[in-house]
Amino acid sequence: MEVRVQNIHKEFGRFPALDDVSLDIRSGELIALLGPSGSGKTTLLRLVAGLETPTDGTIYFGDEDASRKTVQQRNIGFVFQHYALFRHMTVLDNISFGLKIRPASRRPTSTDIKRRAMELIDLVQLSGLEKRYPAQLSGGQRQRVALARAMAVEPNVLLLDEPFGALDAQVRKELRRWLREIHDRTGHTTIFVTHDQEEALELADRVVVMSKGKIEQVGTPDEIYDTPVSPFVFGFIGQSNILSVRVESGQLWIEDRSIGVSAAGEPDGPAQLYFRPHDIELLEDCGGCIAGIVTASRRVAGTRHVELDIGATQGKVEIELPPEKTATDRSRIAFRPTRWKLFRS
Amino acid sequence: MAHDSSDPIGHHGNSEMVASATSESRMARYVLIGLALCFVGLFVLMPLAAVFTEAMRNGAGEFLTVLGDPETFAAIRLTLLVAVIAVPLNLVFGVAAAWAIAKFEFKGKAFLTTLIDLPFSVSPVISGLVFILLFGSHSLLGPWLQSHGIQILFAVPGIVLATVFVTFPFVARELIPLMQEQGTSDEEAALSLGASGWQTFWYVTLPNIKWGLLYGVLLCNARAMGEFGAVSVVSGHIRGLTNTMPLQVEILYNEYNFVAAFAVATLLALLALVTLVLKSLLEMKFSEQIAASRRH
Repeated sequence: MEVRVQNIHKEFGRFPALDDVSLDIRSGELIALLGPSGSGKTTLLRLVAGLETPTDGTIYFGDEDASRKTVQQRNIGFVFQHYALFRHMTVLDNISFGLKIRPASRRPTSTDIKRRAMELIDLVQLSGLEKRYPAQLSGGQRQRVALARAMAVEPNVLLLDEPFGALDAQVRKELRRWLREIHDRTGHTTIFVTHDQEEALELADRVVVMSKGKIEQVGTPDEIYDTPVSPFVFGFIGQSNILSVRVESGQLWIEDRSIGVSAAGEPDGPAQLYFRPHDIELLEDCGGCIAGIVTASRRVAGTRHVELDIGATQGKVEIELPPEKTATDRSRIAFRPTRWKLFRS
Repeated sequence: MAHDSSDPIGHHGNSEMVASATSESRMARYVLIGLALCFVGLFVLMPLAAVFTEAMRNGAGEFLTVLGDPETFAAIRLTLLVAVIAVPLNLVFGVAAAWAIAKFEFKGKAFLTTLIDLPFSVSPVISGLVFILLFGSHSLLGPWLQSHGIQILFAVPGIVLATVFVTFPFVARELIPLMQEQGTSDEEAALSLGASGWQTFWYVTLPNIKWGLLYGVLLCNARAMGEFGAVSVVSGHIRGLTNTMPLQVEILYNEYNFVAAFAVATLLALLALVTLVLKSLLEMKFSEQIAASRRH
């Protein structure tokens, strides 16, 4: 089911948590709300769920105005960061809960409920654990129970609040891939909240980057990574270097030196140059480059991270090199960004 | 759980270090333990033993006859009646108050929390006097009550009211920290799955708090049966009618009827012992549950 968020405002007391947010989510899409804490991403998710009411604005599920409905009427599936499993119920009872509590007119027979729950247990790969209690499960298993419980009610939309936030890195990676598979198989419209850009980029069809109660950018992971529209998105979505430069006659200058990057079509004047540590090329001789002295070098898995001091006014930049490239301390390295973006204040 | 087993050696070494840094000399330990034992013996065990020996002074036969006395029997019945009314009321009030305080944000919450503690901080005699001021013949309500033939003071309703007032904090006090710790996400999960407010309370909230609730009810009951001060002020001490067990003990004692006084006192002491045993059992159960909810 498509979800449309229109001009939503939300204030907690006097504090604005969301400021005129609009967003269209397509049916069957897996979408990530990405932002630092306090950006309003969880508030937006809870508003869609009906766990909070907007100060102003409308939320549509399909063509229906859902913002006047209660959380029960919206028929959503919500997965909480800390699972919120019912600790006195078994896995099976947790998953059947949403069906068991329905009024008799809409409730499946108890054999149907059990069959449906067992199917879901199978889907989330917990067969054999249906009689366990939440306290007897690992974090990853609990999260899968929580997901199965949310899916049991055939929700219009599946909402996940930092679903992997409380898990360790290994399990997180596994579950991420697994969630993608489940989504592809079941096709629920899914919105998940995360502060981990890698998670958002890897998992989502589209990413919504939020900051300070506003949406900064909406796009596919590639669009977000390759063409960030604001300094915030550029800085938040991955590692970045920022240099103060000057545009003059189609060239970029740091103080009185050209850095050998052509900026045709850019108006003259001061600007901020953003580039990622791996979007660079090394230069042997410097006829227009950024040059610096190596101050630190560490090997992280398949790349070498090198910190360069490029002069008192600019401070330090970090670049990434192939691991076989040596970068001895105090040696000089010249490079030029190959992919970059200019922002003006 | 993984946390516990992850580093047993490091943890062990650490606790050993702490133990050696804080342990006292053998002498000091014996003196401290001895002092504590003397104190408990002198102020708790001896009086308790005295109650039972005094009651049994003239043999078990007389003990039973004394308890069969109609006035004493009436006192026991009244005490049970008061507890049967007051405890369920406070169970409902306590759950409602704890629910409101733990799960919602509203103005005056701190004030309400303080108010709940009021019966603990005020002398029970004052608690009784409050009802005299409210319903006595010189109060605003007094003449109206009298003209409609409603008897509150010096009757069962007054005793129940005073008991409810005095025992109000027990259940709420027990539940507030528990419910605050558990937060609201379990309830939100139930609501998002389509449960009504009542279903959420019945299937999710109540099971989460049941041990704490039982514990609060137990303490509430012990106090409801044992309350003296507030009840004494409002009861009027009418024999066979408005005397509860604690009041009966006092009357019998003042009449130098020691065996009877101590016999009734044994019942109250037994109540205390049973409460303590149940409380310890619950605490064992309860701590497991708290631990489980932390692991959760």
